[in-house]
Amino acid sequence: MNAANYLYISALLFTIGAVGVVVRRNAIVVFMCIELMLNAANLSFVTFSRINGDLDGQVMAFFTMVVAACEVVVGLAIIVTIYRSRRSASVDDASLLKR
Amino acid sequence: MQLALEVGKTAQPEAFMFWILGPMAVVAALGMLLVKKAVHSAILMAFVMVVLAIFYIAQDAVFLGIVQVVVYTGAVMMLFLFILMLVGVDSSDSLTETIAGLRPIAITAAVGFGGLMVSLLGRATLGRQAIGLSAANADGNVQGIANELFSTYVFPFEVVSALLITAAMGAMVLAHHQRTTVRPTQRQLSINRFRGESLGSAAGLPGPGVYARHNAVDVPALLPDGTPAPTSVNASLEARGDMLDYKSFDLSEVNTQIEEEK
Repeated sequence: MNAANYLYISALLFTIGAVGVVVRRNAIVVFMCIELMLNAANLSFVTFSRINGDLDGQVMAFFTMVVAACEVVVGLAIIVTIYRSRRSASVDDASLLKR
Repeated sequence: MQLALEVGKTAQPEAFMFWILGPMAVVAALGMLLVKKAVHSAILMAFVMVVLAIFYIAQDAVFLGIVQVVVYTGAVMMLFLFILMLVGVDSSDSLTETIAGLRPIAITAAVGFGGLMVSLLGRATLGRQAIGLSAANADGNVQGIANELFSTYVFPFEVVSALLITAAMGAMVLAHHQRTTVRPTQRQLSINRFRGESLGSAAGLPGPGVYARHNAVDVPALLPDGTPAPTSVNASLEARGDMLDYKSFDLSEVNTQIEEEK
């Protein structure tokens, strides 16, 4: 097996996450799909770190994890705030600016 | 750590692990899109994250593997499930599409994008052999990352700490609920209780289940005359429709006559 196979799986997971963001309407599921995309990128970082033989990729993945954690905290707080005012966590319901 | 034995080529046990766990991860990720309930999505997501942690460890990124388990499957997924609990566990998506033709377009674009990525990866060459991490991890993976983090990347590291603090502040600001009315004092509450339209609640409300046949929180208390007091059940339980029908607990309706033994 070639180490590049991890990159293929990373690409697949990223694509699945992107489809999820477009297709799903529950804001929490959309958010989880964004997390999936970040994780796929992390897998690429780790694999390239191994291919290149230095630890820079792993440090990058570490930073991505921290940023993802921040993003989850703020994003979920926003979802809760939206849910509190509209009683729904569907992304289609937050369409006040459209009208 | 001698997991990445050869350059480019991986050891046989790793290939075995990859071909079992890799398809499982992809199937779980696909399932995340297809299942209806958000909780099931979250559990599938946790599975994908654990598989990724195993991949990290198999690729000599031991520290990141552990961090992945602790931060993602531990903290982040817990946060997701917590918010799901707040928003309502059975808030399932209706899977009908609201924008006409969105789903075929999305799937076509995804197949195109995925195909592009995969074929790109298949054609790309590094121009040299892959190296492997045994040299970089010679002093240990954690020590190696610490060396990088506190020398080359010390400024981004500090910036990230500022980001974390800002995120915590942001979450607090978003979660903060501004009071629009003045909070009533104990004195005011007491006056309201006795000067209100009835003295029925002057002695305070009974807790749920008092004198009733069950002492569960969703059973209204019975007043001394045997009539149920629906106000004794938490209003949010009532709003969710989780309160038991109190008609069956009304003592004036229940036949209290003891049958004579024969």
